[in-house]
Amino acid sequence: MRASVHGVTVTIDSHQILEDVALEAASGQFHGVIGPNGSGKSTLLRCIYRSLRPKLGTVRLGDDDVWRDLSARQAARRRAVVAQDSALDFDFTVADVVAMGRSPHKSLFERDTTRDRDLIQSALSDVDMAWASRRLIATLSGGERQRVFLARAIAQQAQVLVLDEPTNHLDVRAQLELLQLVKSLGVTTIAALHDLDQAASICDGVTVMRTGKAIASGPPAQVLTTDLIESVFGVRAHFGTHPLTGRPHVTFATLERTSTSTKDTKTP
Amino acid sequence: MPGFAVLLGVLIAVLAVSMVIAISIGTVTVPLSEVWTVLGSHLGWNNSIIDPIRNQIIWEFRASRVVLAAVIGAALAVAGACLQVLARNGLADPYVLGVSSGAGLGAVLAISLGSAAVGGLGATGAAFVMSMVTLALVFVFAQRGGRVGPTRLVLAGVAVSYLASALTSLMQLYGDPLALRGTMFWLLGSLQNARWDDFGLIATTIVLCMIWLLGRARSMNVLASGDDTASALGVDVNRLRIELLVITSLLTATAVSVAGGIGFVGLMVPHGARFVVGPDHRRLLPVSLLAGATFMVSVDLLSRVIDRPNELPVGIFTALLGAPFFLLLMRRSARAHG
Repeated sequence: MRASVHGVTVTIDSHQILEDVALEAASGQFHGVIGPNGSGKSTLLRCIYRSLRPKLGTVRLGDDDVWRDLSARQAARRRAVVAQDSALDFDFTVADVVAMGRSPHKSLFERDTTRDRDLIQSALSDVDMAWASRRLIATLSGGERQRVFLARAIAQQAQVLVLDEPTNHLDVRAQLELLQLVKSLGVTTIAALHDLDQAASICDGVTVMRTGKAIASGPPAQVLTTDLIESVFGVRAHFGTHPLTGRPHVTFATLERTSTSTKDTKTP
Repeated sequence: MPGFAVLLGVLIAVLAVSMVIAISIGTVTVPLSEVWTVLGSHLGWNNSIIDPIRNQIIWEFRASRVVLAAVIGAALAVAGACLQVLARNGLADPYVLGVSSGAGLGAVLAISLGSAAVGGLGATGAAFVMSMVTLALVFVFAQRGGRVGPTRLVLAGVAVSYLASALTSLMQLYGDPLALRGTMFWLLGSLQNARWDDFGLIATTIVLCMIWLLGRARSMNVLASGDDTASALGVDVNRLRIELLVITSLLTATAVSVAGGIGFVGLMVPHGARFVVGPDHRRLLPVSLLAGATFMVSVDLLSRVIDRPNELPVGIFTALLGAPFFLLLMRRSARAHG
């Protein structure tokens, strides 16, 4: 299912957080949203997953506007989310958490069916966490926990997946495994990523955000240029080819350490 | 879930037994067989003629009080469970929202100024109105741009609660010393004024609220995981929050208007219930309801017999049990979250 954003503007307490942002993820694509902290990535994602209603603009899942054509529950049957806020104050087990993924499909007093339990089990197997189903979510490591939240999203059976910095606080191996797992699901994915190297190697398309505006969009090889990275992130990028995987990769240096240090004065 | 059905059955049996025992024990202890006979004559399994004095003690005084203790305990426990999700904080309790303080202020206003000054309402009516007013105030202060944050909710509750307490103290200083004892019972919480007349309103409230809540139990689980996650899972977060606030305040206000400010029941009971059945509200809510009722019946019995024939406000006992419990929880959660 296609996911798209057009002309989205968000104002909170008279501060403009997003201004006329557009984004388009084709069916089955992995689309990255990148940009420095505070550039509006999370706000944009919150508009997409219907947690924040934009002042202007439209968010579509397939052909339907998530705010005008779909209820919160209907939207939740089409797109699943791994957000950043997952609270751990209550002692939910791993199975409890994954079971929540079924809630948009259930009516008020409906009980869990055998089918729900099967879906929960197979989602846990997909992320390799079936062994932990009786464990408390709070006792897992960061990487395991993210896999469980991903299992909840899988149990939701949505065709669009939204991830807000899914690899935050994970060690390198857990980061790579999680992203590969997401990619293997084959669903349309929109993910805020803070690691440009990951974005370059995994995304089919990227949108670059700066101070609430989408300043570039397209395949990573075209968008992620040395000049763009320097103007958005204030670092000097060097592109190469990974000797083992053959995929593009990027390394960075601060501007002071490079021969182009004369540009220092231009950066804020 | 056959195991859960058995658990509910056991809890109902324990509640029934503790209610019958609580009815038999008091200033005058009545044999259980006689309690059974009198209850039977009212509830339809016994047609023999009963002694009117026994009837008055057992049915009019004891049974009414014990039944109301059960309903109030149930209401406070369920309100506590809702509030803990609402504030996403296991330390929340109807006290935290300031509802109890507001009700106390209403009662003290009615007692010390006379009911004419509060628009002809009695102490009970004034307590009910003031607890709703308090809650509306807390809600107004806690929301910002239409969103109610958990932390702001708790802080607004604490602040409004202090304000109501300060006004109450002021009223007491200038009030009639004779009326003070009446106000003390309100502020500390007691079931000694509970009568059958109060039963209809609170029982109806809790039945309706419970039906509503059980329909939302799944959404409450999701809300406990965070606002963004809940939105993502198809829950209209702000609407659910407002609905839960209204439910919590209805339950608390009706309970407090009958029995005054009985604290910590809403804190302790849901925690105990969570310990047994886990945090899933589909199980937590019914278990909290039954356990809250049993807890209140038992603590009220304790407050009547510990210094027989004198009776102590039940709120003192719930606070004596609840405050150390609160500190224990605080230490435990500090260890878990740093």
